[in-house]
Amino acid sequence: MAINLTINGQAVAAEAGDTILTAARRAGVYIPTLCYHSDLMPDGVCRVCSVEVKGQRTLCAACCYPVAEGMEVLTHSPRVRESRRMIVELMLANHPQECLTCSRNSKCELQALAREFGIQEVHFKGERKMADVDTSSLSVFRNPEKCILCNRCVRTCEDIQSVAALHASKRGWDTTIVPGMGDELASVVCVNCGQCINRCPTGALTANDPSSKVWDAIHDSTKHVVVQTAPAVRAAIGEEFGMPAGSRVTGKMVTALKMMGFDRVMDTDFTADLTIMEEGSELIQRVTEGGVLPQLTSCSPGWIKFIEYYYPELLPHLSTCKSPQQMFGALAKTYYAEKTGIDPKDIISVSIMPCTAKKFECDRPEMTDSGYKDVDYVLTTREAAQMMREAGIDLPNLPESEYDDPLGMSTGAAVIFGNTGGVMEAALRTAYAIITGTELDNVNIEAVRGMEGVREATVMVGELPVKAAVAHGLANARQVLEGIKNGRFKDYHFIEIMCCPGGCIGGGGQPQPTSEEIRKARIKAIYDEDEAMTLRKSHTNPAVQKLYEEFLGKPLSHKSHELLHTDYTPRDRKTVKAVKVKVES
Amino acid sequence: MCSESCGCSSDIVGIIEKYDSDKRNLIPLLHELQDELGYISPEVMETIAEKLGTTVGQVHGVATFYTLFYTKPRGKNIVRMCNSTACHIEGGRKIREAVSAALGIAPGETTQDGGFTLEVVSCMGLCGVAPAIMVNDDVYGNLTPEMVPNILGKYREAS
Ligand code: SF4
Ligand code: SF4
Ligand code: SF4
Ligand code: FES
Ligand code: FES
Repeated sequence: MAINLTINGQAVAAEAGDTILTAARRAGVYIPTLCYHSDLMPDGVCRVCSVEVKGQRTLCAACCYPVAEGMEVLTHSPRVRESRRMIVELMLANHPQECLTCSRNSKCELQALAREFGIQEVHFKGERKMADVDTSSLSVFRNPEKCILCNRCVRTCEDIQSVAALHASKRGWDTTIVPGMGDELASVVCVNCGQCINRCPTGALTANDPSSKVWDAIHDSTKHVVVQTAPAVRAAIGEEFGMPAGSRVTGKMVTALKMMGFDRVMDTDFTADLTIMEEGSELIQRVTEGGVLPQLTSCSPGWIKFIEYYYPELLPHLSTCKSPQQMFGALAKTYYAEKTGIDPKDIISVSIMPCTAKKFECDRPEMTDSGYKDVDYVLTTREAAQMMREAGIDLPNLPESEYDDPLGMSTGAAVIFGNTGGVMEAALRTAYAIITGTELDNVNIEAVRGMEGVREATVMVGELPVKAAVAHGLANARQVLEGIKNGRFKDYHFIEIMCCPGGCIGGGGQPQPTSEEIRKARIKAIYDEDEAMTLRKSHTNPAVQKLYEEFLGKPLSHKSHELLHTDYTPRDRKTVKAVKVKVES
Repeated sequence: MCSESCGCSSDIVGIIEKYDSDKRNLIPLLHELQDELGYISPEVMETIAEKLGTTVGQVHGVATFYTLFYTKPRGKNIVRMCNSTACHIEGGRKIREAVSAALGIAPGETTQDGGFTLEVVSCMGLCGVAPAIMVNDDVYGNLTPEMVPNILGKYREAS
């Protein structure tokens, strides 16, 4: 039943469960917000969304005030405007006003509100809260002075990721958002996913940015710098240049990276195809030889750290395959070095990832199977775009070019790694061919696509019913792991888990802001990219076939195990110290 | 006996279980643990979080939100200084400065020897004799800064 109210005199029909904000947005009426985020439960802490409701003595927070029949709402009355301006002025009085040198300059929600409200002077003067910047984490830096206490990071970490690394401590003036009990981020349980960065409205949370080191390497003529780009980057980096979400810019991005001076521009998609060969063979081996099932995917490093902390007893379920980023790194300094005759010590391997957890992954001590650090630097999509801007590159208007060989060729199965459900779909396309000896007619496996947090499907692979599940976001992953523990998934074969909502396209290194709508647009772009490829199954990638012929032998060969597989580290949540234990595979 | 690693001899787990390990009882639980232990240490917060099935952040958030909970060891004597209106008008700030100077610590801190913990609190209902301080349960009113060292001295000797 519709609930009738008026907003600024205009009749609006709302639904049960609407807040003033959701009803207004649907009716196309704008109300400014700051602590509200469409991915999160409203918290009502900032009061920027204050509106006047007839009959109410005080202003109401539109983001959490439920609509009622006959309600009369004013969104921009003089009283409302005065109050909102005061709220933001008070925030600014306690804020280091360093916009010019802030990484969020021109993309900051606080800055945008100050401009929108016409604030040209802060009328409050007084003490400002001071705090040290926390650079302990390999992925996420915290600058509490720029924090406006919106709690978005707290809700993100607890509700979306079920990690709860961050929370509000103390009260009033002393309130601070802290990791653990006021510790550094690196000394509490944090999986480095960067989802908190994506939802922070200001520059209080940023990624650990290695771009100056990457510039140095590019400018060093004794170094040969190779770069790989993850599937999800091509569906999002255009947003950094004002293009709409879901713009596909693969060829333009390759041109831009060549212009920046990278010596070889190759593709993580190549090693995504390779991952399918290895992980698919591993699955078939587990099924036919009675290994631990269900097999869990292993390409998302935030997810890996999560299971190491919370469910170390389930580590034998994890595929031993490295992530495509690390497979690429290991090959760049072995196979590629051999083929090109370049000394691996002169190769700098850079990756562009939608992900901040990859910055942690490339630093894991075991990721040195080439004899060197397999991946030297990880740039997020945002950081790569920033480097392009610095180089004067106008991405949207560039011509397209192709990836370089020999690690540049890929299939549609690889690009869908960027989406939740994509690794599963890619694996099924290839498993079908291996198990049945015939090729799928329709490679689009709709049953594993979609946005629900946990999806389950039984897919017929010839005669064999393959039971599969897919989860994205760690709170959903936790549900699945509990299910494995209590036997609910005992007859399942393969489960795909991605750390971030929507999969890598929603990663913590992707352009801000994020929302379900933006993620859906990127997901569509990725599926379109797949449709546009001639080759859409990993095992049909000729460059991968050649790699096996020339170098690896066959999937799960000794050499594959040496370079492309890994083991995991059970972690103690109490001491946050890693204990290295070899897990049998 | 507590099986946890904090090394104290109190039955922390027993106290938590007395409250049905129910996180809705967090506040009374913190009170009782504080009465028992003097303050709520990080190790105790971890044990509480684990037993109540909640996060360390939740426990730490509550324990640091309420000024009645202590997350650091307290001194033998607690000095409370008022910062509300009546005391303020009667020169409370000068009294607070004198107390800080006499003890050599800022509000919220404890002296090195564990003798005193200094707190700033809201009105203690002693406005009639403002400016006022309390040392433990003893009241001192109509103060001037010169009186402060003597008052504190009495407790220093006693302890
Ligand atoms: S966080 Fe926003 S308002 Fe603050 S300095 Fe950075 S850009 Fe400016
Ligand atoms: S990086 Fe992820 S796990 Fe760490 S604090 Fe942020 S949201 Fe939580
Ligand atoms: S760190 Fe960012 S997201 Fe977290 S409370 Fe502060 S401003 Fe909000
Ligand atoms: S947006 Fe509604 S209170 Fe912050
Ligand atoms: S104002 Fe100080 S005791 Fe009341």
